[in-house]
Amino acid sequence: MPPYLPPPGLDAGADLVADKSAKPPGRRRFLQGGAALAGGAAAATLAGSARAAGEVLPVPAWTRSQGRPVANPYGQPSGFEGRVIRRVREGAQPPFPTAASSLTPLADIFGTITPNGLVFERHHAGIPDIDPEQHRLVIHGLVERPLSFSLNDLLRFPAVSRVHFLECAGNSGSEWRPARKLTVQSLHGLLSCCEWTGVSLGTLLQEVGVAPEAKWLLAEGADAAAMTRSVPLDKALDDALIVYAQNGEMLRPEQGYPLRLLLPGWEGNISVKWLRRLKLGTAPWQSRQETSKYTDLLPDGTSRQFSFVLDVKSVITGPSGGQTLKSRGRQQITGLAWSGHGRIRRVDVSIDGGRNWEEAVLQTPVLDRALTRFSLPWLWDGGPAVLQSRAVDSHGNVQPTRSQLIAARGTESAYHYNGIQSWQVLPSGEVHNVHV
Amino acid sequence: MSMFERKPLAALLGALALSAALSACHSQPVRNGQPLGLGTPVDAAQLAAWDIDIDADGRGLPPGSGTVAAGQRIYETRCIACHGAGGQNGIADRLAGGQGSLATKAPVRTVGSFWPYATTLFDYVRRAMPFDSPQSLTPDEVYAVSAYLLHLNGLLPADGRLDAASLPRVVMPNRDGFKVDDRPDVVGTRCLKDCTPGS
Ligand code: HEC
Repeated sequence: MPPYLPPPGLDAGADLVADKSAKPPGRRRFLQGGAALAGGAAAATLAGSARAAGEVLPVPAWTRSQGRPVANPYGQPSGFEGRVIRRVREGAQPPFPTAASSLTPLADIFGTITPNGLVFERHHAGIPDIDPEQHRLVIHGLVERPLSFSLNDLLRFPAVSRVHFLECAGNSGSEWRPARKLTVQSLHGLLSCCEWTGVSLGTLLQEVGVAPEAKWLLAEGADAAAMTRSVPLDKALDDALIVYAQNGEMLRPEQGYPLRLLLPGWEGNISVKWLRRLKLGTAPWQSRQETSKYTDLLPDGTSRQFSFVLDVKSVITGPSGGQTLKSRGRQQITGLAWSGHGRIRRVDVSIDGGRNWEEAVLQTPVLDRALTRFSLPWLWDGGPAVLQSRAVDSHGNVQPTRSQLIAARGTESAYHYNGIQSWQVLPSGEVHNVHV
Repeated sequence: MSMFERKPLAALLGALALSAALSACHSQPVRNGQPLGLGTPVDAAQLAAWDIDIDADGRGLPPGSGTVAAGQRIYETRCIACHGAGGQNGIADRLAGGQGSLATKAPVRTVGSFWPYATTLFDYVRRAMPFDSPQSLTPDEVYAVSAYLLHLNGLLPADGRLDAASLPRVVMPNRDGFKVDDRPDVVGTRCLKDCTPGS
């Protein structure tokens, strides 16, 4: 098996630095072990740079003339990045493009924050164009003072900003089925992470005064699905946000402009977009989206309902399905880990299909219910390999294998797939989705 | 700017402190946990067009009624293009059949086989269907088309009729098929060396 490279040294100006306070003795051993591999690494680097050794560097046209002027009204990515876009799942042709989803290009983004234009979409009746002046959020039902809030009202409350991932409960759902050779975008791209800014829902509930018998609230959107989900009051008071901004700008229309609910760590569908109404009541409403959909059918014919929390999960985004390794030698394994229960504590990586595992380096800061970037250098010897990652969260939850999930849930539960992903690397360098 | 630059630092700080004290007289600090008094009171009449949710007990159902026969006529003009004749084989979700299939290898989830409450049908159709023209049906039409869909699933006779009293009493076959989240049902293990792959 090809050996692991040591993680980037602390003195090497690396940008991915392990949390030193967490495990100082283990880390020292890891670096010492790495020294033994330095010879191999140097050889690979030489082989890699030989190709470019004769290259004469020209002065290109863009160095000899003025570039484009300032005041580009809204900056766009370089024209060379045109492939980095949201897509619908490969091979899928949604019969109703307004009741469909598009996926985040996980293999082509960096760090942990998803750019606003690349945040995945899932709509049930398209993207409404809501006039923020006319939009209202009404809170009523079992409250002392039913109130209607304009966006302007909400902007006058103390603002809260938090980084959280958002994942559709149906993300990775095709993995319940036999392995298809899809990209990480197609397989796992109903996943994004933003800094969300808004008002704590608890603050608004204080404003209306919650009646003692209230236990649940109904959240309703203003889109043409007028989508509704029932939310336990405890969650609403605990950490729910009424969000109007993402990554420093007002919400994008496809993310709920001008207002959405955000329930950290919970399945994306319940973070109702285009939020117009919250009604307090004593029991869940049993809306279509919490009965017909977003319930998890088990082999005995019963279904799990109100399965809100997204379990611990990770996926290697590079190398990943559809990519081809161009040369042997040093590769950077990188990926994302997350848990609806809390922080990511560690991520293990295997290059031999799950026989042996090595702890990856986590990019800091590691935030609560946010995407966490991990990486591990790898020397590819050109032989076959199967790459896997396995996340452990701050509650000690360990990401399960696909077979463990299927043993417990069968293959028809559709939602909440969090099994370990396997990428097979062929001697040709091609990378494919496989099940081991 | 230049005015500030000429002033000695102490005088500047004094001026700042004075202005802070002055502004404190004019504005109220907001204490944590106190309502801020923002938002506008809203009453039931103002909210009527939005307050359309039906709960599992049928609270919120409007007056009116509809028959299976009337529902079939509505279905065949407003729904059939997407959902297919008899609620099957359309380009959109299947709406009938599948009873007895949930515990098999090929479960079919429909209103009739899967939905635990008939009230959900009224609530959803009223707010979101027909897909090309949501919230365009009258309450009578929603009762009628709901009655027809329940009839297609063998849950209402051909001469059936629904209203606010009868709809919540329709017993759905999968009423007891749901259990509240009981995870963790799957516990991963953190083996590091010589593990069994895929275990
Ligand atoms: C233009 C196509 C179209 C028409 C017409 C239409 N529907 Fe639908 N219907 C859909 C789509 C698409 C969905 C799924 C929406 C989603 O993904 O959220 C749906 C979903 C449903 C569902 C939920 C199915 C489930 O199992 O969750 C019901 C019930 C339903 N429609 C009833 C009706 C009725 C009744 C009518 C006529 C009054 C109607 N539909 C007309 C396209 C249509």
